[in-house]
Amino acid sequence: MMRHIIAVLMENESGALSRVVGLFSQRNFNIETLNVAPTEDPTLSRLTVTTIGSDQVIEQITKQLNKLIEVVKLVDLTEGDHITRELMLVKIRAMGQRREEVKRLVDIFRGQIIDLTNSAYTVQMVGDQQKLDAFIEIVGEAYVMEVVRSGVCGIARSDKTLSI
Amino acid sequence: MELLSGADMLVRSLQNENVKYVYGYPGGAVLHIYDALFRQDKIKHILVRHEQAATHMADAYARASGIPGVVLVTSGPGATNAVTGIATAFMDSIPMVAICGQVAHNMIGEDAFQETDMMGVSRPVVKHNMSIKHPSEIPMAVKKAFYLATTGRPGPVVIDVPKDMTTPTDKFKYEYPAEIRIRSYNPPSRGHSGQIKKAVELMLMASRPIILVGGGVIGGQASAELTQLAQKLNFPVTTTLMGLGGYPATDQQCLGMPGMHGSYEANMALHHSDLILNIGARFDDRVTNATEKFCPTAQIIHVDIDASSISKTIAADIPIVGPAMLVLKDMLTLLAKYKQQPNTQMLTTWWQQINQWRNRHGGRYEVSGSSAIKPQQVIETLYEVTRGEAYICSDVGQHQMFAAQYYKFDKPNRWINSGGLGTMGFGFPAAMGVKLNFPDAEVVCVTGEGSFQMNLQELSTCSQFDLPVKIVNLNNQSLGMVRQWQDMNYESRHSQSYMQSLPDFVKLVEAYGHVAIKVERMEDMKPAMEAALAMHDRLVFLDIYVDPKEHVYPMLVPKASMRDMWLSKTEKV
Repeated sequence: MMRHIIAVLMENESGALSRVVGLFSQRNFNIETLNVAPTEDPTLSRLTVTTIGSDQVIEQITKQLNKLIEVVKLVDLTEGDHITRELMLVKIRAMGQRREEVKRLVDIFRGQIIDLTNSAYTVQMVGDQQKLDAFIEIVGEAYVMEVVRSGVCGIARSDKTLSI
Repeated sequence: MELLSGADMLVRSLQNENVKYVYGYPGGAVLHIYDALFRQDKIKHILVRHEQAATHMADAYARASGIPGVVLVTSGPGATNAVTGIATAFMDSIPMVAICGQVAHNMIGEDAFQETDMMGVSRPVVKHNMSIKHPSEIPMAVKKAFYLATTGRPGPVVIDVPKDMTTPTDKFKYEYPAEIRIRSYNPPSRGHSGQIKKAVELMLMASRPIILVGGGVIGGQASAELTQLAQKLNFPVTTTLMGLGGYPATDQQCLGMPGMHGSYEANMALHHSDLILNIGARFDDRVTNATEKFCPTAQIIHVDIDASSISKTIAADIPIVGPAMLVLKDMLTLLAKYKQQPNTQMLTTWWQQINQWRNRHGGRYEVSGSSAIKPQQVIETLYEVTRGEAYICSDVGQHQMFAAQYYKFDKPNRWINSGGLGTMGFGFPAAMGVKLNFPDAEVVCVTGEGSFQMNLQELSTCSQFDLPVKIVNLNNQSLGMVRQWQDMNYESRHSQSYMQSLPDFVKLVEAYGHVAIKVERMEDMKPAMEAALAMHDRLVFLDIYVDPKEHVYPMLVPKASMRDMWLSKTEKV
């Protein structure tokens, strides 16, 4: 059982996303994270899905995704060198002495405070999943008021591209 | 260029696809389309009595001809009633175009009268579906639907048409597209030559080979090539429920059907084989039994047009993605080039072994000796009186398995049944669909009193459109297959498998204006069948009372291998 990151280029049409999501539930595949947005070509959307499964399951996932009429191309990024990033916005309770400490932690993790009140900071942070997990852990769950994560975005290293 | 309303464009597009019949049922959301149908005479509409029947008629036409049938239903309940038939076609990879009405686009999502999210409901059971956003899209949508339904792995396509897309006063330029290209859809055009070469080399070295023929050979119109290949190599052939007729059943190389109710020799040969050449079968659970115990010594060559069918349940050693016909042609070409011949000596030994298995069981069943009728005898008699030439449209249950076992199909497209979904109620409307399109052919529905009652309202459609199908009802007064499982696994506790209050089928059929004959004794069966077939222009229902205690054998032992079978109620191997 391995974690795979599959990047999918598909037609930017209504209903296309529901087919992808529906496929995962119909065929009992698992979705860890899912991220989708139009590309520089507005007729195409790019979707990144992270999933966990045996080689056989991953093979079925890619084959079944390829079968969807609106899927143009896909690649299992984990088959080669790749980079992943995730965006996180996190609202942290920050009062009194904690205010300074949270600020310092945000700097260490190279995050930015993008909104603040007398009692809280809203922090923006980009990184791989482990880094974001680590930040939350070190801040301490007691101080974390709200977390929103984008899901993993991935791209292959080198000149390789997923495009048509 | 002509200006047409969406409704007229839809009908005109169907005309451009040379559609002869549309099977359907009108309703509010499709009234503009029905009006457009009324104002032309190229396409005939067949009014069913329940939308499910419309889908099965269209489906069966495709199974018999390879050409997709067209279904037209209204929104909401019209569309949901069609879902079972769409799913039936989907599971068996049958091309179909289903046009479903929808509430006007500005009302979608407001829980309007007869609104159902058909895009959502049908999504898991279609090859593709699309919703019309502007009337001018209709010609391309129809073109796309036919293209998708028939190419690659065929399947049903749903077009969802909001009512305001067909408004008679909103007219747009009409032109039917000459061709279509979809950048995200490129079905495989032929198999990989390197893989085919490897496969052929393996075939020439095999000592215990077997060819497994699936529905892909029927759908891919490859039975001629398959037969040629099998006979050139002298390999045994087994045809799945969906592949019956893909190889002539009366030929001595044919071992019959594999799987749960497959022949003893087919299952034994598969289990002991060293090479399985699978053409267009998807290793369904009803074929493989426990996958981890499946054919332990066999290497597997798997040819399929759908890559996702390969290594889904059984890992393939040589996967070949491509259309069956062209892959087989490539194999034949390659074989002709090779000097090497198949291993004749090993094959002779293999055939000796297979013939021993054949003699062990060979489709035996117990005959009572009294005048009670065995269901197997009905099918054998039907085979005899139709000379094996009829289109047999089966429902689902014991009678389906008996028909598959005892009617020997020598030609493809003659066996019409719901294999994947196992839809009770399929057989009768299927027979109607075939008879309508092949009026001179003998078309017989083999059914049971359980299945038949799921769509018997179509007796009315048969009167209206003059569809003289023959119905052979194997009446065992119970849900035979359910009863069999209850006998075998639930100590004969017949929970809800007994059909209480059966109608008088003779009176029922006569009430619709047709002919019905009740048969209770063996000596009456053949004459009744001959009499029925002689009435060429009448629908005849044969209500044949058969032994209610009969089971279908062989039967694979659950969760075991292919060689573990019950051969009768008392004999397990």
